[in-house]
Amino acid sequence: MVKLAEWRGKEVFRKYGVPLPRGHVARTPSEAEAVVRSGSVPLPCVVKAQVLAGGRGKGGAVRFANTAEEARAAAEAILALEFKGERVKEVLLEEKLPIGKELYVAITLDRARRLPVLITSAQGGVEIESVDDAAIERQPVHPFPGLTAYERRRAARSLGLSGGPAKALDGLLLALWKAFQQEDTELVEVNPLAVVGDGLVALDAKVIIEDDAAFRHPEYAEIRDDRTPLEEIAREKEIAFVQLDGNIGVIANGAGLTMATLDVLKEFGGNPGVFLDLGGTDDPKKVTEAFLLMAQAKPAAVFLNIFGGVTRCDTVARGLVEAMRQVPESERFPLVARIRGNNEAEGIEILRSAGVTSVPDLKSSAQAAVAAARGSA
Amino acid sequence: MSVLVDRDTRVVVQGITGHQGTVHARQMREFGTQVVAGVTPGKAGTDVEGVPVFDSVRDAVEKTGANASCIFVPAPFAKDALLEAVDAGLTLATVVTEHIPFHDMLVMYHYARSKGSRIIGPNCPGIASPGKAKVGIIPNVVFRPGRVGVISRSGTLTYEIVNGIKEHGLGQSTCIGLGGDPVVGTSFVDALPLFESDPETDLIVLVGEIGGTGEEDAAEYIRHHVHKPVVAYIAGRSAPPGKRMGHAGAIITRGRGTAESKLAALERAGAHVARFPYEIPDMVAEIARAPGRR
Repeated sequence: MVKLAEWRGKEVFRKYGVPLPRGHVARTPSEAEAVVRSGSVPLPCVVKAQVLAGGRGKGGAVRFANTAEEARAAAEAILALEFKGERVKEVLLEEKLPIGKELYVAITLDRARRLPVLITSAQGGVEIESVDDAAIERQPVHPFPGLTAYERRRAARSLGLSGGPAKALDGLLLALWKAFQQEDTELVEVNPLAVVGDGLVALDAKVIIEDDAAFRHPEYAEIRDDRTPLEEIAREKEIAFVQLDGNIGVIANGAGLTMATLDVLKEFGGNPGVFLDLGGTDDPKKVTEAFLLMAQAKPAAVFLNIFGGVTRCDTVARGLVEAMRQVPESERFPLVARIRGNNEAEGIEILRSAGVTSVPDLKSSAQAAVAAARGSA
Repeated sequence: MSVLVDRDTRVVVQGITGHQGTVHARQMREFGTQVVAGVTPGKAGTDVEGVPVFDSVRDAVEKTGANASCIFVPAPFAKDALLEAVDAGLTLATVVTEHIPFHDMLVMYHYARSKGSRIIGPNCPGIASPGKAKVGIIPNVVFRPGRVGVISRSGTLTYEIVNGIKEHGLGQSTCIGLGGDPVVGTSFVDALPLFESDPETDLIVLVGEIGGTGEEDAAEYIRHHVHKPVVAYIAGRSAPPGKRMGHAGAIITRGRGTAESKLAALERAGAHVARFPYEIPDMVAEIARAPGRR
């Protein structure tokens, strides 16, 4: 999942013809002043921090400017901010428009219906979660006819639009629908969508790109969510790796088994620090890499919980033994292993020859891992 | 009659010449499944360990009478593979492939449905009925014929639980791994009626995960339509909260989707809720000894 910053989201909108305020992105105060002086952003203008967290208006991350000097000062103040843990690296300067009504429009996936859904509300400009359910319209959209003209008319009616703005909405919804499908997004959201004169303008843009479609969207490869350096290495090696704040490292295979393992560790007073999902692999090298990555996270103990299917127990055992050979004595940590399933006996034997005992049941192995982490902490 | 597969199931493996396709075609045969054909465009006339390979699913169906597909085709080509299987008249397709864009899956699901075909998956272990057939990748070693039905969103966690049931001296009627993707061809609610009406299933084990509302919907269905005992487990109680779908997603689910919400819904529906995977086999064994109660 790649969340696009507002200005990148607006680039996507522009490509599909969604009406936007005139604006420009800037990375330094002098750049901000320059884009105003050059006239590419008319005055008065708004200067907005390009961060992914919401609530920018209340947090001082949105300021207004009437002159180029004020734009510079606003940019300077915002670029010095750390907004909800995120350092501001870019600001978006946009013309300030005479706004009428503020609306909400989004298209996302309704998993339960297995259909895209068009979500609209006449109460835009606030967080949609805070809007009363009765004031939100949800229109499932079938992928085959796509978003039809009558569905778009219905949306206009539910938003209380008529005349010019209703006509503008028709084109805007079609553009959003195309962007939703063709850019492989999980979400396109406009909040607020402002009535400006006889038309509509998207004042904000939230676009989330789906990871699995990366093969047909190389253009998003450069943009990544915040990851720790180790998480970044893991991503490159196609290992699911998440750092939490505890001290027990968990290596498992499959999301469900990984989550169940965390649940059991917590139950016995353990505090998982890193979890690493091997997924399906029958390459011992990948197991070795995963284990070495885990070693870099410096866990107090590691709990290996594998149920062999596609990933065979002997493969995991081989990869693990090789990794243990590579980790220097001083950086070793207690290891509790539980390997079951495909080629279990072979895997257990390989581990035994390297001095690791596999504990067959989940409960006692989890308890052993918690005790080991306490002992070495 | 078991659920969805039986001794008459004749499987075509799409992507049989790839590593996973070859390995799992072999394991399906070792399970006792009739694997009658493979499909890899451009490889017609060859065979994989004795299984004839065709260029198209239509050819495979005409020559071998295949009636179900197991798809291992890489994600960029999986949509086409599934549409081809549906157009060739196959009524069941397990899609093992992971990382299929959900926009593709939306097309796959609605197209298959409009033609009366069922998809299991994607990104799933598939379906197996011990002593009958397997269309998927669940390891053969965990099974033993019996009367426990298993429906799960997980992969390896399913194997773990199915294996636990076997180690308690019980067996399974049919096990379906639905897959964990946002859009799945067969949901809990789709699968539950099949097990409820299956004369070979006495009780149902439901293995869910946090995220989505499939388990809450399942609970609602169980409450009104399922009379067989249900043992349920939800993985991920302690997982850090993720905001996968952002704000618009949150207003669709409105507080549902968490482990608490799912567990409460299942308890209200009268399911026996296990807190940990290792409790499931005990609970199943206890119910099996006193059938018909819940």
